[in-house]
Amino acid sequence: MGVRAPQALNTAAFWDLLSAGRTATRRTSFFDPSPYRSQVAAEADFDAVAEGLSPRQIRRMDRATQFAVACARDAVADSGISLDTMPPDRIGVSLGSAVAAATSLEQEYLVLSDSGRRWVMSPDHLSPHMFDYLVPSIMPAEVAWTVGAEGPVAMVSDGCTSGLDSVAHAAALICEGSADVMIAGASDTPITPIVVACFDAIKATTSHNDDPARASRPFDGTRDGFVLAEGAAMFVLEELTAAQRRGARAYAEIGGFASRCNAFHMTGLKADGREMAEAIRAALDQARLDPTEVDYVNAHGSGTRQNDRHETAAFKRSLGEHAYRIPVSSIKSMVGHSLGAIGSVEIAASLLAIENQVVPPTANLDVADPECDLDYVPKDARDHRTDTVLTVGSGFGGFQSAMVLTRPRPVAV
Amino acid sequence: MSVITGLGVVAPNGVDTKEFWAATLSGRSGITELDRFDTSGYPARLAGLVNDIDPAQHVPARLKPQTDVSTQLALIAAQSALEDADVDTAAMTDYQMSVVTANASGGFEFTHREFRKLWSQGPERVSVYESFAWFYAVNTGQISIRHGMRGPSCAFVAEQAGGLDALGHARRTIRDGVALVVSGGVDSALDPWGWISHLSSGRVSLDPDPTTAYRPFDTRATGYLPGEGGAICVLEDAAAARARGARVYGELAGYAATFDPAPDAGRPPALRRAAERALADAGIGPAEVDVVFADAAGVPELDRSEAEMLRGMFGVRGVPVTAPKALTGRLFSGGGALDVVAALLSIQEGVIPPTFGTGSVPDEYGIDLVLGKPRRTSVQNALVLARGRGGFNAAIVIRAFRS
Repeated sequence: MGVRAPQALNTAAFWDLLSAGRTATRRTSFFDPSPYRSQVAAEADFDAVAEGLSPRQIRRMDRATQFAVACARDAVADSGISLDTMPPDRIGVSLGSAVAAATSLEQEYLVLSDSGRRWVMSPDHLSPHMFDYLVPSIMPAEVAWTVGAEGPVAMVSDGCTSGLDSVAHAAALICEGSADVMIAGASDTPITPIVVACFDAIKATTSHNDDPARASRPFDGTRDGFVLAEGAAMFVLEELTAAQRRGARAYAEIGGFASRCNAFHMTGLKADGREMAEAIRAALDQARLDPTEVDYVNAHGSGTRQNDRHETAAFKRSLGEHAYRIPVSSIKSMVGHSLGAIGSVEIAASLLAIENQVVPPTANLDVADPECDLDYVPKDARDHRTDTVLTVGSGFGGFQSAMVLTRPRPVAV
Repeated sequence: MSVITGLGVVAPNGVDTKEFWAATLSGRSGITELDRFDTSGYPARLAGLVNDIDPAQHVPARLKPQTDVSTQLALIAAQSALEDADVDTAAMTDYQMSVVTANASGGFEFTHREFRKLWSQGPERVSVYESFAWFYAVNTGQISIRHGMRGPSCAFVAEQAGGLDALGHARRTIRDGVALVVSGGVDSALDPWGWISHLSSGRVSLDPDPTTAYRPFDTRATGYLPGEGGAICVLEDAAAARARGARVYGELAGYAATFDPAPDAGRPPALRRAAERALADAGIGPAEVDVVFADAAGVPELDRSEAEMLRGMFGVRGVPVTAPKALTGRLFSGGGALDVVAALLSIQEGVIPPTFGTGSVPDEYGIDLVLGKPRRTSVQNALVLARGRGGFNAAIVIRAFRS
């Protein structure tokens, strides 16, 4: 795996942050946030030059693409796989992103419109890369060029479930035989005024501006919205026996995945959690697991009132009494909500929870909302047998996704 | 087996299937001067425009203020496709119906207006709908809500190849056990910002004559023209379609996607591999293909490369090739989906539409491009190709349905 998360520019730093229960949220520094309702963000101090990207790459790639490429390189190195010795047409890419090149779009918009003064724009200052910000499928293309993939290359853009759905799509392509290795994950870098303003408009983001480090409070009675974040995580996916044959260390098996739509509202959630519960049940069925075999739930836990209640209801509906017995936590309390990327960032957290047999906490949780009455692992990480993780996502458009990750079976000799 | 039972078209040369098909056979073009804003400062002004309807008048009033024109067009196409399929969605299980669309530029004109409000009037003027009118999953989400579809659904972005990827994934979704999938692609980004973004691709034709500006495979090809619209299809599991006595247009028999070697790799592109895999997936060989709906970039080096691939696979002038998109412009995620509709209608009616606009094809291309007038012939298998900027290749095989 490769991870670029707020205040965590590699996998080790990411796990340090999560297991220490430290928060990476701060007053927004990328631009003056004072005109905005929400002035807190989880920013990554990403340095494209230090990442080894060339000046040309930096010029043409949107920030989210840079994150994805950096994570892809790390993931390939971490896996120990020699992609050079494999047929390139058996290597594919699946990249998730919700708002894709938003940062570059806004930069180009300001130039082309003379800071919003012109509706009809002059082509005089037109960037040769503008088309690739308009149509962002160049993002997985850049990843494919980085790793030498010539098999199926896809960009999955399902809003805030993109990071789960893109990895699941990669797994499906391997299962059906379309690829042997998939480089999969997600990236989003949405900390730019238009994205901040569009969530301000619906009060989806927090207004806890006076206490940035404690602004993301999933499941707490005082929570009032999510903290916008950036981040990326990419993985190398292979068929288990192929990985074992080459002596690879496997973080986990993707035991099951399912997604459903709520067909209810583009941003609203019904309190009963019916569709997320159905996705969870279907993912567990696919993994041939009983709800009682789930050790840990990595929650969507965005920190909006409707999400926290919707999700809590979905866990009870799908896992029954067992929902009360297992830890359920939200890493968004620490790294914020990086939209389409977060599903992959949460897969990374789940893999590390399995590896370390430690459940990351929900930071900033003092007194839970009375309607949220599960064990949300407040503040401190917990040693816990973590062999089977359920990780879920929920997003605009009504998308509900659930993935089951299991500790890899021992190598068959 | 996945079959197509409903078609919904919103194309520059026809806002329903019948109209589109008549235009495609008779050569009525949707290419026209872009007149939605002052284009006098631009080197190119021609596009494929859906001008025959006001999309906002054809969606529920509630949805009007919260949707971009591209989403309105997608909702219209989805509704037509479901009506065409004559399926009672209310009688079906909600989890047994899915939506899979492709999208290239999201709700771009809508978001342009919001960028403008933000920077000229301030953040408090940004619409409460911006967060979900813009993103690439908007059409999937809105279609799923409008028609109560709660099965596994998603959205893909792969420039012009995305429409075929969506349909290929719809077939996968049916294989996984879903009964009905609404799938295809619709795009529009023809506001001033969208327009100059198109121009930045460097491949838009600067020829000011609407009859010659986009003439794929022509000796004098000068680039492509962007357009808006696309198509949405209803795919069903063949057994389910048969059980309800549905009319079947054809079978989605094969699909594959590949990616070109990196630009500096010095190896040939991978479109041929996508086509070969799609044929293998359908269990047929090149000799059984009756027509190819080409990607038809209209850019000389891309036309040459596609011609070479067709020549290599089918032999010199070995298969009829056509590009009805010369009458609509390139529709991005809508392009592949609309070509699939044309392929299904070719099979239904035993006729291959010509590539209007193209006059003379270089001899060395060695392709049998259908020119001038429709060609009557039996069509059992059609191969549809699409390429997306950056190196995306997708291929679909549509087969006549034998019940």
